[in-house]
Amino acid sequence: MSSNESKKVFDEGAALLLVDELRGIFASGTTRSYEWRVSQLKALSKLVDDREQQIIEALRSDLCKPPLETVAYEIAMLKNSCRVALKELKHWMKPEKVKTSMTTFPSSAEIVSEPLGVVLIISAWNYPFLLSLDPVIGAIAAGNTVVLKPSEIAPATSSLLAKLLEEYMDNSSIKVVEGAVDETSALLQQKWDKIFYTGNGRVGRIVMAAAAKHLTPVVLELGGKSPVVVDSDINLRVAARRIIAGKWGCNNGQACISPDYILTTKDFAPKLIDALKTELGKFYGENPLESKDLSRIVNMNHFARLRKLLEDDKVAGKIVYGGEKDESKLRIAPTILLDAPRNSLIMKEEIFGPLLPIITVNKLEESFDVINSGTKPLAAYLFTNNKKLREQFVTTVSAGGLVVNDTTVHLATHTLPFGGVGDSGMGSYHGKFSFEAFSHKKAVLYRGFKADASVRYPPYTKTKLRLLKALIGGSILGIIRAIFGWS
Amino acid sequence: MEREVESMREYYDSGKTKEASWRASQLEGLRAFLTDQQHDIFHALMQDLGKHHLESFRDEIGTLIKSLNFALKHLKQWMSPGKAELPRIALLTSAEIVAEPLGLVLIMSSWNFPFGLSLEPLIGAVAAGNTVVLKPSELSSASASLLASALPNYLDNKAIKVIQGRPEVAEQLLFQKWDKIFFTGSPRVGRIVMSAAAKHLTPVTLELGGKCPAVVDSLSSSWDREVAAKRIIVGKFGACAGQACIAIDYILVGKEFASTLVELIKVWIKKMFGEKPSESNTIARIINKQHFFRLKNLLSDPKVKESVIYGGSMDEEHLFIEPTILVDPPLEAAIMSEEIFGPLLPIVTLEKIEDSIKFINSRPKPLALYVFTKNQSLQGRMVSETSSGSVTFNDAILQYAADSLPFGGVGESGFGNYHGKFSFDTFSHQKGVLRRSFLTDFWFRYPPWTTTKFQELEASYNYDYLGLLLVLLGLKTSPKRL
Repeated sequence: MSSNESKKVFDEGAALLLVDELRGIFASGTTRSYEWRVSQLKALSKLVDDREQQIIEALRSDLCKPPLETVAYEIAMLKNSCRVALKELKHWMKPEKVKTSMTTFPSSAEIVSEPLGVVLIISAWNYPFLLSLDPVIGAIAAGNTVVLKPSEIAPATSSLLAKLLEEYMDNSSIKVVEGAVDETSALLQQKWDKIFYTGNGRVGRIVMAAAAKHLTPVVLELGGKSPVVVDSDINLRVAARRIIAGKWGCNNGQACISPDYILTTKDFAPKLIDALKTELGKFYGENPLESKDLSRIVNMNHFARLRKLLEDDKVAGKIVYGGEKDESKLRIAPTILLDAPRNSLIMKEEIFGPLLPIITVNKLEESFDVINSGTKPLAAYLFTNNKKLREQFVTTVSAGGLVVNDTTVHLATHTLPFGGVGDSGMGSYHGKFSFEAFSHKKAVLYRGFKADASVRYPPYTKTKLRLLKALIGGSILGIIRAIFGWS
Repeated sequence: MEREVESMREYYDSGKTKEASWRASQLEGLRAFLTDQQHDIFHALMQDLGKHHLESFRDEIGTLIKSLNFALKHLKQWMSPGKAELPRIALLTSAEIVAEPLGLVLIMSSWNFPFGLSLEPLIGAVAAGNTVVLKPSELSSASASLLASALPNYLDNKAIKVIQGRPEVAEQLLFQKWDKIFFTGSPRVGRIVMSAAAKHLTPVTLELGGKCPAVVDSLSSSWDREVAAKRIIVGKFGACAGQACIAIDYILVGKEFASTLVELIKVWIKKMFGEKPSESNTIARIINKQHFFRLKNLLSDPKVKESVIYGGSMDEEHLFIEPTILVDPPLEAAIMSEEIFGPLLPIVTLEKIEDSIKFINSRPKPLALYVFTKNQSLQGRMVSETSSGSVTFNDAILQYAADSLPFGGVGESGFGNYHGKFSFDTFSHQKGVLRRSFLTDFWFRYPPWTTTKFQELEASYNYDYLGLLLVLLGLKTSPKRL
């Protein structure tokens, strides 16, 4: 299976050939059948089951990701997505009958979901397995052919994906292209029927601009600064644990929906910090830099970026916990800061790391203004028992998704659309939304020849106008009156 | 312009447009505009496009009123959050999807249905609680002026503004940061709009065009044939003289049935439009000289000219083109590769009607596919073997009026959709909201990680309640190692 030929450069020519080949396969109809889709979903599920150890190893290599995190967030979630898709696929594929009204009477109508064709999925490095295969599940369920471009910043996972997908899946229809900027650019030059991108806003703009040339619709799953608003009258221990699980328990803060920063009142901040310190000690022990239960920073680039955030002298003095770094191991300990200045870099950019700034306000309601003054994040969190505050949060804070009294768990809820708004992205997926993201909803209207309302046709007369008005109005009485010339 | 946009954002931030009462008042205002100003609207459309007022009512005013009534009726339902199901393990948790407005949206409409294509999206934008800038096409100038002068009297003009102008104005608008752009027009400009939107990560809906084919199977009953012919004629010549994104562009018919069809169409053209269609006022005019010459040029190729079997006369002064039929023009000619957008109807004959599937699939996906047939097997094949924005059987254009069907393209004909609830959704963000209790907690979410926690997590992810219980009781162990 493996060849000894020298590695061919994947350039525009190769990309064009690849897309043409997949178009041919799609046109043959292979990927449209229910049987094919089920076989691929089952194969994917089997892949994840059989190769769990290898997946855990790859993520350990790329990120030092604790095995339990891999199992919980990458493997278990993928298996669940496959399970949901397999269970619901027949239902999703079925045309949806819709009601028709007087204006098209007599008629019947339905909405038929059809695959878009040849889709490109570009994934990220932080959950390299999940963010590659979860969209693939949607693309397959919807009946498309797929090219997956995993992130080169997680190389062990990228090559494992290439190897395993070739081994387990129908590789005439599902292909992996590995590589970096050059290969991605070659792919983006082509005409796709959909592009699904997970990553940052800078590259998101490039992807959308490339898609614009071919009028290709896109889903962009980006990021932002996901805030956590913490009220005072709460179960502090549980809240602290959930914040920690969502921040450092998610790839050490390198997750698009990780709590980025906290907003709380000046009075409550010390209590919150104490609770966080206590729980952090329980989770990661005395020497968190050595803890096996924390991911490392993915590479030197990001390590240097995070270090820079802390080096700002107006920020360095605000560290109230942690701050230790080990460059040789690319590790940064869980770090908490109190009231870093709002115009510092750490408060302007998405942190994507184990640094947690706490910003204090006088009254908790002010925190909503703080959040709304920035760009719309992918997620926003609130810990409170105050019903009024909760409802205010839901109505005034705009974000991809909201969670009250927890963090990140909405990712696992397949009945909620997962996606951003504004700078945090466009489009959504998970569950049925994944199927829809890769489908075209085709309207189908059935008319007969029997009843023909001449009212639509020239020559145009006053009677026809009256009748038309009545038809639009939809009332039987109105129509009768119009026919008899009484309106 | 930046100041205007800024002030609209501030107004949006005040929260006024989110109120249900505001949204309903705007929809009612639009309805009042359409009823009060009906004569002015007829007049503007007559000026811009020579549209007969019945056509204007049927295609624009009437359809808009229907959509407004539908939106007003369902607004409350659309605005209420939708509950999302959760697995039983998620005790004391609730999930719902809340629709929220995107903020400040830009609607750019085209000249052929200047009221319909401006206000139909506006209905959705306003129902969803957004502030809106509407940029109507300058080519239909009387309609654009009427919209700009009249709408402020019926709507909240701090939230809804009409900005007129030439393409340079549109360019300036595209520089701004919008929360959504809704564009109706040509693929060429669609690319420009999407590229501009990419700079700000603005989501877009593009309602473009294409060559909408009408496949006509041989029909045995003479009643059916006549009805088909009439519907084809209205679907081509009766819809703004063919200048419509969903107008029938060309016909595909079997060789055997072709001549029957052609004769029927000729007969009914005369019956509907009279002997002198230019005087009957029942066919719209071409929008301007540029398009008039574009259409004239489509017939300049001698081989194409040869294939003209009916009509063909053109009046430059009045921008009038007679309903024209061609049979089997060369497939490489421009008239068979570009969207016609005018009253020229090529009829392409095929050996058998099933060949139309291959013909359609070898071309860009159209906005609409029309199929005239009673053969259920052919109907099924058409739906499953071709791709288009929509498929309509035994009629044309009418799908535009169906509130329950999504109206939008695929591939070259665009992406995104609207009408009915789809309009509301297209201008909304579907925000997932999960509410958890402090009381239930899964201890196995938290490090330090142990094999036991691993098993517990696994069981819970598989919604394996019994398994979870067994693990908790220490009665089940996993062979896995970390």
